[in-house]
Amino acid sequence: MALLRLTSPHAHGPMSTQRVMFCVLLATVPGVLVLTWFFGYGTLINIVFGAAVAVGCEALALTLRRRPLGFYLKDLSALVTAVLLCIALPPYAPWWLIAAGVASSILLAKHFYGGLGYNPFNPAMVGYVVLLISFPVQMTAWAPPRGLGPVPGFLDALQACFNPAGFDGITMATPLDVLKLNNSFLIEDLWSENPQFGRWGGVGWEWVNIAFLAGGAWLLYMRIFTWHAPVAMLVSLALLAAIFYDGGSSASGGSPLFHLLTGATMFGAFFIVTDPVTSAVSLRGRLIYGALIGALIYVIRVRGNYPDAVAFAVLIMNFAAPFIDYYTQPRTYGHSRKRGES
Amino acid sequence: MRKIFDFHGGIHPPENKQQSLRSRIAKAGIPPELIIPLSQHIGAPSHPVVSVGDRVLKGQVIAQALGFVSVPKHAPSSGIITAIEDRLIAHPSGLVAPCIVIATDGRDEWLTHQGYPNYTSLEKPELIELIRHAGIAGMGGAGFPSAVKLSVRDDITIDTLIVNGTECEPYITADDILMRERADQIIEGAKILHYLIEPGETVIGVEDNKPEGIAALRAAAKGTGIEVASFPTKYPSGGEKQLIEILTGKQVPSGGLPSDVGVVCQNLGSTVAIYEAIALGRPLISRITTVTGDAVREPQNFEVLIGTPMRYLLAKAGYQAEKNNRLIMGGPMMGFTVPDLNVPVVKTTNCLLAPTALELPAPPPAQACIRCGMCAEVCPASLLPQQLFWFAQGKELEKLEQHNLFDCIECGACSYACPSNIPLVQYYRASKAEILHQREEHEKSEHSRARFESRQQRLEQEDAEKEAKRAARKQAAEERARAGGRQGDDDPIQAAIERAQAKKAALQSDTGKGNELQKLEQAVVTIQKRVDTAQAKLKQAQAEGSDLVDALIAGLEKTRVKLEKAEQALQIFRASQPAAPTDTATVDAAQTAIRKAMTARQAEAEMSPEQRAKTNLTKLEQRLQKSREKLEQSRQTDQEDSIIEALESTVERLTAKVEAARQAMNTATDS
Ligand code: SF4
Ligand code: SF4
Repeated sequence: MALLRLTSPHAHGPMSTQRVMFCVLLATVPGVLVLTWFFGYGTLINIVFGAAVAVGCEALALTLRRRPLGFYLKDLSALVTAVLLCIALPPYAPWWLIAAGVASSILLAKHFYGGLGYNPFNPAMVGYVVLLISFPVQMTAWAPPRGLGPVPGFLDALQACFNPAGFDGITMATPLDVLKLNNSFLIEDLWSENPQFGRWGGVGWEWVNIAFLAGGAWLLYMRIFTWHAPVAMLVSLALLAAIFYDGGSSASGGSPLFHLLTGATMFGAFFIVTDPVTSAVSLRGRLIYGALIGALIYVIRVRGNYPDAVAFAVLIMNFAAPFIDYYTQPRTYGHSRKRGES
Repeated sequence: MRKIFDFHGGIHPPENKQQSLRSRIAKAGIPPELIIPLSQHIGAPSHPVVSVGDRVLKGQVIAQALGFVSVPKHAPSSGIITAIEDRLIAHPSGLVAPCIVIATDGRDEWLTHQGYPNYTSLEKPELIELIRHAGIAGMGGAGFPSAVKLSVRDDITIDTLIVNGTECEPYITADDILMRERADQIIEGAKILHYLIEPGETVIGVEDNKPEGIAALRAAAKGTGIEVASFPTKYPSGGEKQLIEILTGKQVPSGGLPSDVGVVCQNLGSTVAIYEAIALGRPLISRITTVTGDAVREPQNFEVLIGTPMRYLLAKAGYQAEKNNRLIMGGPMMGFTVPDLNVPVVKTTNCLLAPTALELPAPPPAQACIRCGMCAEVCPASLLPQQLFWFAQGKELEKLEQHNLFDCIECGACSYACPSNIPLVQYYRASKAEILHQREEHEKSEHSRARFESRQQRLEQEDAEKEAKRAARKQAAEERARAGGRQGDDDPIQAAIERAQAKKAALQSDTGKGNELQKLEQAVVTIQKRVDTAQAKLKQAQAEGSDLVDALIAGLEKTRVKLEKAEQALQIFRASQPAAPTDTATVDAAQTAIRKAMTARQAEAEMSPEQRAKTNLTKLEQRLQKSREKLEQSRQTDQEDSIIEALESTVERLTAKVEAARQAMNTATDS
């Protein structure tokens, strides 16, 4: 055998981009199962249909950009984007909504910017926000969780997706909606007046969040990402909630536990904020990045116009990521404090 | 127990050390041919002091050190020098380099040598000289001459002397086996170093994956005051900077030396070599090399003569060429591939790694950087490898330097960790080379700019001088005209005579009334220069649309008038000077020229009309040819239009003349 001429290092670690993406997909499973349990097959159908659209869009974009299909499809990044977006969509979303969202994510947010690694904004969140702004009615139509209303069967769910006109779904305000509209009840009263509130967060939602937390913990254990950004986000969100809890008055923003276990908090912390491409790079940078997202989520949830805020908070901080990077460069070995001042 | 510090980053690649530790150190033996590269270390190559055909003894110096950062080379065994020539050597770029080749005679005959077991009776400079003499250079990484490292300036106090027994690269066990089998030699070597450097403390640093080695060292070190420190295994803890941080908590400043933080580091292998050099009087002619990888049947450590072809050494370990996909000198993280099996083992060859394709597969194609930061997490220099990669791709060299590219130790941890298989280190190496190249270019261009400016000045001066000479010639011509001796102005012979005469006149007046003439000439030159500068300024002002243009034009006019006056004065002076030869030598030369021209004229006069016509034609043709060439050249080099025009008219004129001459010749032959 001819001797290869290669430069060092000759050894390579076990990690691959494909593996990273696969682990992320795997880690969504508990959350998706719990969502399905509480809200029915809607989310699952979202995901399967969205994934198919994503692969199609990715293949289209790669063909147009004259890139080898197999090599780039293999990195699974399009699948991850689609799955994350579909988890965030309301179950029983019509097919065109899903397709429009996925197409915006893959084509607009990713390939227009040069493909994987070059996109400044989180593709899933771009898709989400495009839909939220364009189709606010469909995007806020959440079904009631199991126990508060009927959960549609599989065929109904299919019909909801592909023949939306013939589907007559029930929708119900989410706990965050209720809290947003509240201006007269004490938190305690709100809790007892509205069935949406469960033990710690929203009914069903608390378990969804716990499931996503479990998936995230597993990803941390697998060293897919570091703890810095998600933990910073959760801490700052909880901290602000605690500071402005206000003893549960009618002006209260809700308890820390409520914020941690409601809406897209855990999903956002471990699956959106941790997107490596669009976040800050250094560890210190990620702490700041995460903390600011947590703060923005609280502010938008409590004071903004939209009930949940993960998407907006993340996109806003995507803007700031390069700036954070610039000021949080680690101190290089053998240099004093700041770069350039050795 | 000393406090152990951690360093940022690092990785834990599979160690793969056990396979080469199953047997004791084996002797590789004497190969039929030894190839000793003249440069095996950082610094100047050494200079051969033997010639082809010489018989050398084991340990004999065959090449002398050149300069301070250089070491001599010794014959590793006895034999005959068969060649001093370029051979392929082990180098990342697969270079050929001058080598001394010895055909061994198998007798392994030593040169008489003798050590200094009680070295404390020697002065320190003498000891350092002995170490340099023994050809000892760092045996781990780059091969820095040990004597240089040990020559610590008097005003620097060394707190810690570190013997680096970390051996953090996977697969390599050369230091490990030395600790197990020759711990006492290591300790003796460390004692010599301790005596030399007089540090506050002497520490041997070993990763905790070598418990047997540590135990052996501790046993040998008992009562010597030398500490054996072990710390958690993590690549690249054996990097000098990382080891210093682990053991002292201090960081070597960027661009600085370990001695800046009061530390001197020595490699473990070099420490043993120093012991052998001082105590036994043996130069560095062999080393321990690990031969390992799945493509050798019996991975193990060899004591091998420097210069042994790798093919010979590999065969000793049961090398299976058909299984081997690449041959690596060094470890899998920082080693480089060897182009050919005939490359010799050198002082820095700590390991020969012959893996199979399964063991170290060829890297898959790189994917996009997903900015996951895994590279930054493992970088021991706390760099941001992904940013460096980004800038390297965009060839943003300045940004690279700002992001401290030059603090990268090329450990390969980032490439190892990168999930997208990006060959990061390759990018950094290329970028470093490019930046260094640019710096060189910059220096060169600075240099040539200075040269250009001084040339420009010289040219101006020459122009001025030429101008003065031209004036002198003109004057001479006028004189001649006045004398009524009107001659055909394109008769070359007459012209030569005139030129010689003018020269003679100039010389004579020059030497006769030197001072006055010089002064006048100088005046012309100076004013000419001023005109030139004024012109240049004017041009610039015009180009910039400055409102100084008018003033500058006026000034230029004034200076021109002055120049004319000066030239006139010079002419008048020259005309007033009688031709009186003084400097005979130069004047004689001028006379010879005149004589030659006269003879030529004479000869021409004696020629037949045809001959004369013919010679004339040939000469004219030659001149035409030359003028054409000049014209061509000027056109190509984009000369000023005026020059080209002048040349064009010359060519025209000459063409006409050639035509006339041809006709003349024809008539001459006809008659
Ligand atoms: S490890 Fe590779 S993919 Fe990840 S940030 Fe570094 S260079 Fe990019
Ligand atoms: S090769 Fe350079 S950039 Fe990469 S980990 Fe090592 S020191 Fe850091």
